[in-house]
Amino acid sequence: MARAKRQTKAKSAPLEEIPKHPLEDLIRVERIPHIWCPGCGIGTVFSACLSAIKQTGIDYGKFSMVSGIGCSGRGAGYVRLDSFHTTHGRAIPFATGIKMADPSVNVIVFSGDGDLFAIGGNHFIHAARRNMDITVICINNFIYGMTGGQVAATTPHMAKSATTPYGNPDSPFNLPMLAIASGATYVARWTMIHSRDLTHAFVEAINHRGFSFIEVLSPCPINYARRNKIKTMDMVRQFQNNTIIKNHAAPSELDIDFQKGVVLGKFIDIDKPTPDEILVKMRDQRKNP
Amino acid sequence: MEPKVLTGEHFINGDIACAEGAIAAGCTFFGAYPITPATEVAERMAERLPDLGGTFIQMEDEIAAITSILGAAWTGAKTMTATSGPGFSLMMETVGLAVVTETPCVVVNVQRGGPSTGLPTMGAQADMMQARWGSHGDYEIIALSPSSPQEMFDLTIEAFNLSETYRVPVFIMSDEVVGHMSEKVVIPQASKIRTVSRPRPSGRKDRFKPYQPGPNGVPPMPAIGDGYNVHVTGLTHDEQGYPVMSVDTQKEMMARLLGKIRNNLHDIIRTQSYLLSDADIVIVSYGVSARTSYTAVDELRSMGIRAGLFRLITVWPFPEDQIRELAKRVKGFVTVEINMGQISREVQRCAGSAVPSYLAGHSGGTVITPDAVIQLIKEVF
Amino acid sequence: MKYWREPLDTGDIDVVRGKVHIIKDRCKGCGYCIEFCPREVLGFSKEFNKKGYHPPMVVKSSECLNCHYCELLCPEFAIYTVADDVETEASV
Repeated sequence: MARAKRQTKAKSAPLEEIPKHPLEDLIRVERIPHIWCPGCGIGTVFSACLSAIKQTGIDYGKFSMVSGIGCSGRGAGYVRLDSFHTTHGRAIPFATGIKMADPSVNVIVFSGDGDLFAIGGNHFIHAARRNMDITVICINNFIYGMTGGQVAATTPHMAKSATTPYGNPDSPFNLPMLAIASGATYVARWTMIHSRDLTHAFVEAINHRGFSFIEVLSPCPINYARRNKIKTMDMVRQFQNNTIIKNHAAPSELDIDFQKGVVLGKFIDIDKPTPDEILVKMRDQRKNP
Repeated sequence: MEPKVLTGEHFINGDIACAEGAIAAGCTFFGAYPITPATEVAERMAERLPDLGGTFIQMEDEIAAITSILGAAWTGAKTMTATSGPGFSLMMETVGLAVVTETPCVVVNVQRGGPSTGLPTMGAQADMMQARWGSHGDYEIIALSPSSPQEMFDLTIEAFNLSETYRVPVFIMSDEVVGHMSEKVVIPQASKIRTVSRPRPSGRKDRFKPYQPGPNGVPPMPAIGDGYNVHVTGLTHDEQGYPVMSVDTQKEMMARLLGKIRNNLHDIIRTQSYLLSDADIVIVSYGVSARTSYTAVDELRSMGIRAGLFRLITVWPFPEDQIRELAKRVKGFVTVEINMGQISREVQRCAGSAVPSYLAGHSGGTVITPDAVIQLIKEVF
Repeated sequence: MKYWREPLDTGDIDVVRGKVHIIKDRCKGCGYCIEFCPREVLGFSKEFNKKGYHPPMVVKSSECLNCHYCELLCPEFAIYTVADDVETEASV
């Protein structure tokens, strides 16, 4: 049905008129090219996010995007929505303020692993605990890209970075497990190469009532891949070949190990009241006791 | 259910009066984190806001508390948070974000003794310079200092009005003593309370530039969902709101951010004079210390010393010109404040070398007695 | 396409064809569209774009089935596909 529609549209366009990129209406075209490096996956994830916004059919005026600081944090700057580029780590409390002040807004937090889980880790677990009705998209590229490739809370054990030149002595977070343990009610993980599943997950997450979290694995060609002597294309192939899709996998299986295979999928999707709903209910109860 | 404005006479403490002032001013969102001695502001807001259709949320720390009120402010709401020393320190980075994104909000600091955990239950006025310079980079800020629970009510309304007018975070620099002091507070009828709301844009949405200034240097501010699709960033930005990393953009942006305060000092600065017209010695004070200073002036006068009080209601921006004018005709200044020399430095800077300027200070935990002020004045003049 | 056995619904199926549009100057040459196109429609062009990258070019236009995968993967909003004229096996 949808296919037929698309075809008639294309047919009715005059021959010489080149149709626009389908996401043109959601991008701040005047700001393109974006700052992301060649081969960086953030652009792909961003594109999937915009496709999802489009697919929900919700009025664009009912969306807002909030980012923190870092490469992924630049996302908010390229979307033609009311968008906010905040301070490092604070995208979630900013988003919380928007949601609680105006629950009709669909708030999407688009940020990176360093921003959301190191400096902003406390805000993440608390927003998840509250089941705050926001969608948090974390592009996990295993490194601090913007500042030149320093070790992150997601850098694999013994991987090299600018600040762990002899290997990372620490272990990375298992982000979906952290999210589930904190109380998130929708948790999924995909990679940038799984862009159809990813877009579908974003649509689900936006429509989900409550705290939704999607971790997206993505290559950092310059500051992670090159330093660890991995070709970006090989890393992306690894995303395709060394991953296992297993919905509702046990959180403890979700550590990232490409040797044994990284588990992708939707891990939790449950219904729980959200703080904005409860607030409205409380207000009503106070009015009519 | 209580009405929005609790018209009438009340016997309440400064923190509660502050909360009532915020509600009367139209505050509908409060981001909280408990801290002594500011907690009562949050508790009162928690009780009152839901009945008024507002939102109270207790966040996970002070950083989240202030960040949440910035987000909420962009939905069109008037927003506030309240804290004390350690929390104020944590909020500083976000104050810079509020300044550069021109997000109106009110931050209450019920000051306690510091540094660090210091004297949680005892008052001080030692965060005054932090209020001015606490966030990194250059900026102008507005800070008001109430001397009584009544002023906690009145000045909180003023703080919202100034914040909405100039799109700048406004501080209420209170202290533990005023915050916890119970006095009569008169709340006028709702219709008698002047409230100001931020200018909202009109006209073509596709051509709107979110940081194009209005007549007083302040750009109109849309809310999320108004259809203007604004981009708001903490990076140096142009009138479109887009980040531009250039010397010229920085210069232009900074000139306007500073200018909208510096060019409107006459509208922003509020001071009070007591027996100043024939004074030889000017006591400069604010907040709770101004209360003791009144007594000191009266007693000095009864001793035949011509003292007067110049009370700062607006501490920032600092009334430099007024101090300079006074310096031309008086014998000297004494600044009374519960710290080891903060606003006194400003007084000294403006007074110049023409007349001496002294500090009647205290390291915190108690108020400065009129006797201490009198003794100092007798010693030095 | 050759089948070892003709599917029964061959006559009813629309084979969708796609037309690839490339906004050359947006491309940063990552090659994802080329590498991951399931029909190997694309290849690197020899020409340089404004930024000095080799953008993709269509090498087997008839193979494109308008699956949009290049469009989804492209980090630069530089490539997309639209449905070309409808062709059915019956009409060929």
